[in-house]
Amino acid sequence: MAFTQSPLPYDPGALEAHNMSARTFEFHYGKHHAAYVTNLNNLVKDTPMADMPIEEVIKTSFGDADKVGIFNNAAQVWNHTFFWSSMKPDGGGTPTGDLAAKIDSDLGGFDKLKEAFKTAAATQFGSGWAWLVLDNGALKVTKTGNAENPLVHGQTPLLTLDVWEHAYYVDFQNRRPDFISNYLDQLVNWDFAAQNLAACS
Amino acid sequence: MKKFVQSLMSGLAIALITSMVFTAFPATSSAALVQLPPLPYDYAALAPSIDAETMQLHHDKHHAGYITNLNAALEKYPALQNQSVESLLQNLDQVPEDVRKAIQNNGGGHVNHSMFWTIMKPDGGGQPTGTLATAIQSTFGSYEAFQEKFEKAGLSQFGSGWVWLVTNPQNQLQIISTANQDNPLMQGLYPIMGNDVWEHAYYLTYRNRRADYLKGWWNVANWDEIEKRFVSSANYSSANYNSVNYSSANY
Repeated sequence: MAFTQSPLPYDPGALEAHNMSARTFEFHYGKHHAAYVTNLNNLVKDTPMADMPIEEVIKTSFGDADKVGIFNNAAQVWNHTFFWSSMKPDGGGTPTGDLAAKIDSDLGGFDKLKEAFKTAAATQFGSGWAWLVLDNGALKVTKTGNAENPLVHGQTPLLTLDVWEHAYYVDFQNRRPDFISNYLDQLVNWDFAAQNLAACS
Repeated sequence: MKKFVQSLMSGLAIALITSMVFTAFPATSSAALVQLPPLPYDYAALAPSIDAETMQLHHDKHHAGYITNLNAALEKYPALQNQSVESLLQNLDQVPEDVRKAIQNNGGGHVNHSMFWTIMKPDGGGQPTGTLATAIQSTFGSYEAFQEKFEKAGLSQFGSGWVWLVTNPQNQLQIISTANQDNPLMQGLYPIMGNDVWEHAYYLTYRNRRADYLKGWWNVANWDEIEKRFVSSANYSSANYNSVNYSSANY
């Protein structure tokens, strides 16, 4: 069974008023994400991996020199799907409920979380991702290079931001810090992070 | 009167010498901090292969950003300023650990881009000539086979990075790719030419189509400069970088 591209959880123009343009989605969802799906299907065709859940493909291929292409494409398929849900129209604001309480106890409060997330996303040199994860029961802010993701480190991802240049170059050009601030102020979907946290308990 | 003139002359001489000294050695602490080399042509000069906005952002923002961060690391360890950035990249294991990654990334970013601007020119393209043409022919079979291999390596570099034509210590040509801003000097190879495959190098014009960027780039290749670098590389294989004297080495 072939892997398929999950539909966007909102209209490609839905974040336009919040500085992520339909033009960006046209390429980011329509070309980059789609190409990872096509490449993955071509690479695992007629192998046992074609019938595995994508998370298994990611964990199995990670660190295997012969399966670098499979890992890169599978992880990028998963990462992008997770990224689309990490944003929503009229996002931003502050987390509430259990997530907010856990941010206070594990990370020293929402302002500290934002600061750590901004630093992680800004200092990921080259292509990669910034994450909020659950690691051994505690919240952590992390960053990964290229396609790597928290699944391969035994962590549970709660939220992500794509800092490959293709994620922001059309709308922000070189200004990655502005892209990161805009994500936290206007796009981030704290409900999604709260659901992912709730699913762990 | 004569004495006054003499005294005036010697005063002037002292002032002149003093000003020369300070011109030659500006504030000692920042003598060897790195400066952004000017682009050797207009922003629009490489269009349509590379658009003007891309050139402006790439040079004035990305390259300048690497220099700001590199200098911040060099200011922490003034002794490092006595070495060329190339030499630091060759001997990263000797760089203090807390600035090693910063020098690797930002020193690499500076050296890579400084070379990149010089190996392109308006109305470039055509084919290499002389000893480089011969070496390409004997190593890769033909110029076309070389181009194909170079483009393929550039396309296969996953994420940010560079594709390079280098010489190894035996002075043989090789095509390699490196991640992020890693420079071939870090692995004892000499960079003859390199193409930047970070998305910032092509996204405004080519979007996701890196293959088209790599194909279009040949039209701005500056083969005269690339051949100079190849000739210089012969001196590199048995010596350190500082002994190599090629035209764009004065960063």
